[in-house]
Parts: sequence; C-alpha cells; structure tokens
Amino acid sequence: MRPSQYFVLLGASGVGKSVLLETVAGLIQPDSGRIFLGGKDITEEKIQNRKIALVFQNSTLFPHITVYDNVAYPLRCKNLKGERIRQRVIELAEEFGFTGLLKRSPQTLSGGESQRVSLARAVASEPRCLLLDEPISSLDAKVRPEMHALLRKISANGQTIVHVTHDYTEAVSLATHIAVMEGGSIAQMGTVEEVFQRPKSEFVARFVGIRNFFRGRLEESREREADTRRFTTGGLDFSVLTDSSGGNGFVCIRSEDVTISNAASRTSARNNFQGTIVDIEPVGVGVEVIVDIGTEVAALITVESVEALELHCGKKVWVSFKASAVKYIEQ
Amino acid sequence: MRRSAFRTEPLYLVFAALGGLVLLFIIAPLMSMFVNCSLPELAETLRDNEVRSSIWLTLWTSMAATVIFAIAAIPFSYLLARKDFPLKGLVTGIIDLPIVIPHSAAGIALFGVLSRSTLLGRAAEKMGFGFVGTSFGIMAAMAFVSIPYLVNAARDGFLAVDERLEKAALNLGAGPLRVFLTISVPLAWRPILSGLILMWARGMSEFGAVLIIAYRPMITPVLIYERFGAFGLKYARPVAVLFVSVCLVFFIMLRLLAKGEKVAER
Repeated sequence: MRPSQYFVLLGASGVGKSVLLETVAGLIQPDSGRIFLGGKDITEEKIQNRKIALVFQNSTLFPHITVYDNVAYPLRCKNLKGERIRQRVIELAEEFGFTGLLKRSPQTLSGGESQRVSLARAVASEPRCLLLDEPISSLDAKVRPEMHALLRKISANGQTIVHVTHDYTEAVSLATHIAVMEGGSIAQMGTVEEVFQRPKSEFVARFVGIRNFFRGRLEESREREADTRRFTTGGLDFSVLTDSSGGNGFVCIRSEDVTISNAASRTSARNNFQGTIVDIEPVGVGVEVIVDIGTEVAALITVESVEALELHCGKKVWVSFKASAVKYIEQ
Repeated sequence: MRRSAFRTEPLYLVFAALGGLVLLFIIAPLMSMFVNCSLPELAETLRDNEVRSSIWLTLWTSMAATVIFAIAAIPFSYLLARKDFPLKGLVTGIIDLPIVIPHSAAGIALFGVLSRSTLLGRAAEKMGFGFVGTSFGIMAAMAFVSIPYLVNAARDGFLAVDERLEKAALNLGAGPLRVFLTISVPLAWRPILSGLILMWARGMSEFGAVLIIAYRPMITPVLIYERFGAFGLKYARPVAVLFVSVCLVFFIMLRLLAKGEKVAER
C-alpha cells in the first residue's frame, strides 16, 4: 500500500486480521515473512521505534491518569517542551471533540468518548501508519456516523491508515482501498469499486455480498425523515429510500432483490429499466443474469424462472428493484 | 434470602464458633499482656533511655532495609511477572526459602558470609563499616527474612496489570524504562505498597536472625528477650506492650494510607 491511503482489511472474525495488525505494530513477532515500511525492513525493529500506532477495539487508555495526560503521553515520550505539549493536546481535543473531558478519568468515559480519545492519543504520536483494529465495532449504532466522519477527517489530513473490520458498509464508507481476507491470506486487494464490482473469487463475491455496486451522487435534501431520493450514477437515475442528507457515496443492491420480466409492468418497484442480457451464469444457489441497462446489473433468479421467461443472451428484458432495496452508503 | 439461609444453616454456626476460637487465641494473650501492665510501669518504661533508643533503632533499621532492598526487589518482581526464563520455578522457590528456614539458622548462614573473617566482611571493613554488631548487620538480617513478602506482593501486583496497556505505551513511542516507571509501577502501586508494609512489619518483628548477627546495638525484640532472661516477666512486659503499641500505630496508619490511595484512584 501507498502513503495517505485509507486501507480497509475486510474479513470474518478469526481469519487473523488482528494478528496481522499486531505483527505490523511489533506486539507479536512473526514466525516467517518480513515487514516493510517506507522501503525499510522493520521486522526486527523495536515496538517503540516503529512509529506505527495501533488503536484497539477495547480501550487501552491508561486508567491511572487523566484524559489530558493520556493524550500528552506520546508527546512526553518525544521530550517536547511543556508549553508545546499543552498546545498540541488542546488542539487535538478540539479537533476530536473532547475538550470538556480533559480532566476526566478514562474510566468515566463512554465507549465513543474513549475511542475518540484513543484516536487522538494515537494521532499525537505522529505515526507513519495508523492501525485500527475494529475501532468502531463495539460502539452504539448511534455514534458510528460521527466516528466515521472523524476517521475520514484524520484520513483527509494525509494520515496513512490500515483499518480492520468485518463490516462491509464500514469498509465502503471509509476506504480508498480494500483487501478481503480469506483463511489467513488476502483473497483480493484493490480499490473499493474493483473489489465490490469485480470480485475475483466466489469467496470474495459471497463475502462482500453485493454484486450491484455504483458510485454516484445522492440529491441533497433538508428532510430529516426517510424519503425516496434520486441517486445519479453514470447517466442513470435510481430511486433510493434513505434518510441520508445527500452527497457523494455508493449504492448497493443485492442481486436477490433484482427481478427480471419480459415486459414493463406496473408494480411497487420504483426502479424499472430496459436492457439487454449480456450473461447468464449458474451460481451455487441459482442463476445470475447480467443485464446491461447502461451499466451492468446482476439479478439472482431461479433456474425455473430462466426457463419460464425464455431468457438468453442478447434478449431485451426489463429489470426492476424497489427503492427500499437500494442501500445508500455515504462516503 | 441468602442472609437468612446463612444464619439458619447450623454448619456455618459451627464454622463461626471455630473462627471465634481462633480470634480469641490471637487476641487473648495480647489483651492479658496489656491488662497486666500498669500505667506507672508503662510510664517508667517510656522514660527508660535504653528502651526508647531500641525502639527507634528497630523502626529505622527495618524501614531502611525495606527501602534499600526495594530498589532491587521491585524491578526483579517485574521480571518474574512478565518474562519466562530457564529455571524460573527454581528462582521462585529460592525467593520463598527465607520463609521456611528457621530464623536462627538464617542468622547463622548470614553470619557465615558477613563476619569479619570473610571476603565480604573484610571488604566492608575496608570501606569503613562492618556487619557484625552494627545497624548494617541488623538491616541485612531483617531484609533476609522479610524480602519474600515484598517480592511476592509486587510480582502479584505486576501480574494484575493488563499487559495490553504496557504494549500500548510502547506502541506510542515510550521506551521500556518509561513504560515501567509511568505505567507498570503506578498501576501496581497498591500491591507494592502493601508488600512494602508487610516487609517492613516483618523486619521489625524479627528476632532470631538479628540476635545472631547483632546482639548489640539492641533492637527491641532482643531487648525484650534480654529483660525477660535477666529480670523476668514483670520487666519484659512493659517493653513488649510499648513496642507492640508503636508497631500497631504505624501498621494501622500505613494500612489506612494504602486504602486512601485506593479511594483516590477511583
């Protein structure tokens, strides 16, 4: 990976994601293999000299000192002057939104607050690479969007990040690049679009779970409540049921949610497009039909349906899916 | 529910009665000692210079022995808690050895290496101090029998510190010494403090080993023994009462201090 990337390692639990991060950080010594950072072999480098900060899923804030002293800890390790340390801690507290918590003991913080302080402490050490081990997974769904925003902000400052998660929406929401892990090794690596739109193996396809995946723009809206909004991608307009306020992002539609018919019909589906079948491929649980509607859309249907509708390559058909089947992920 | 069940279960009543006997066994002799010692006797003993200087000597030698040996024992305990090395089981066993050997035997053993005829004894003499019959000898004897308490308490304290916190500190760029001083020791501080108190109290109450290395200057346990031998129970008792009281005051004060730290940490 390259500097300034936001790299997400996606994999089920127990495939060795955390072990990989801890090995990179130096907490675990590898049995074999080498670790390189900036072209330099750091496999034998001591933990404290690696300049790789690791944020764990569960807080590792030092319980015996205040939030202020926690954030100041890596700065003191650099032997900075007292005044410089104070400035930097206050700066970070403002940026990460915990100015009011500086005098508190870490044990009195909520999960979201602890993670914000942990992130600030890691950033304070000015790491060449920031490693995140499921930093959001144990938090309430309510605080996740603000944590995502915070992580995007850190990334926008040019920080190189490696983030481990099992949640693909988190990966899509944050990553510039994704690697999918399978059984202790990397199954596929690439940009978000590459991995989601063109999964190289059945495993990756099944793991990322969505075949229809489009980057585009959601129309702005001031409405707070969920509503049907327009999402524009490559000249096509999709109707999306969402409560998001709009902006750039992705939509995904599970291939199970896409239906195919021979003629346009009046149904509850808000999205209806005419296109040409470009591929019919049997997959484990049915048949995947790829239709070109200006962009390629995959539909997972049964063998019986393929026969009943007399589907074949080159045939013109209608593709429909409900606005509620389209999931918008903000980026 | 649980309370009432606890109260009515006859077995626990038997256990409680047995516990009462044990408590009585500890308290009764001490009580009788205090009760049988009159106030005028005590006041007279308080004015006795020999008694006063012996109590003072006992207090400061035991404290000095604890502090001096803590400098080496605390880092060593950390090593025992965190690292695996060959013969670790043997090393742990050696640490506990002073607890099981008779203290007079410990004194004899120490005398063997610290007396004027030995290399160590001569080297010390050249530097202007000796062990036999000096406060240094008293400290050595006290430390010998009391150091296991500190090492074991500190090791358990370090074991209870989450290793992830130490790794997190290293990960933030702190060197191992800084991690030890700013993370491990502060987090294990209470068990270490209680180990220090235990070592100090144990050193203060030592008799056998000190008797052999340094009969004089006289620490209070030796003084009590001497007065009992020379003048009988009546003369030994007020000294014992005084010394036990002083020990109790210090012991309770330090215990409260350790407890206060616990409250402050929250």
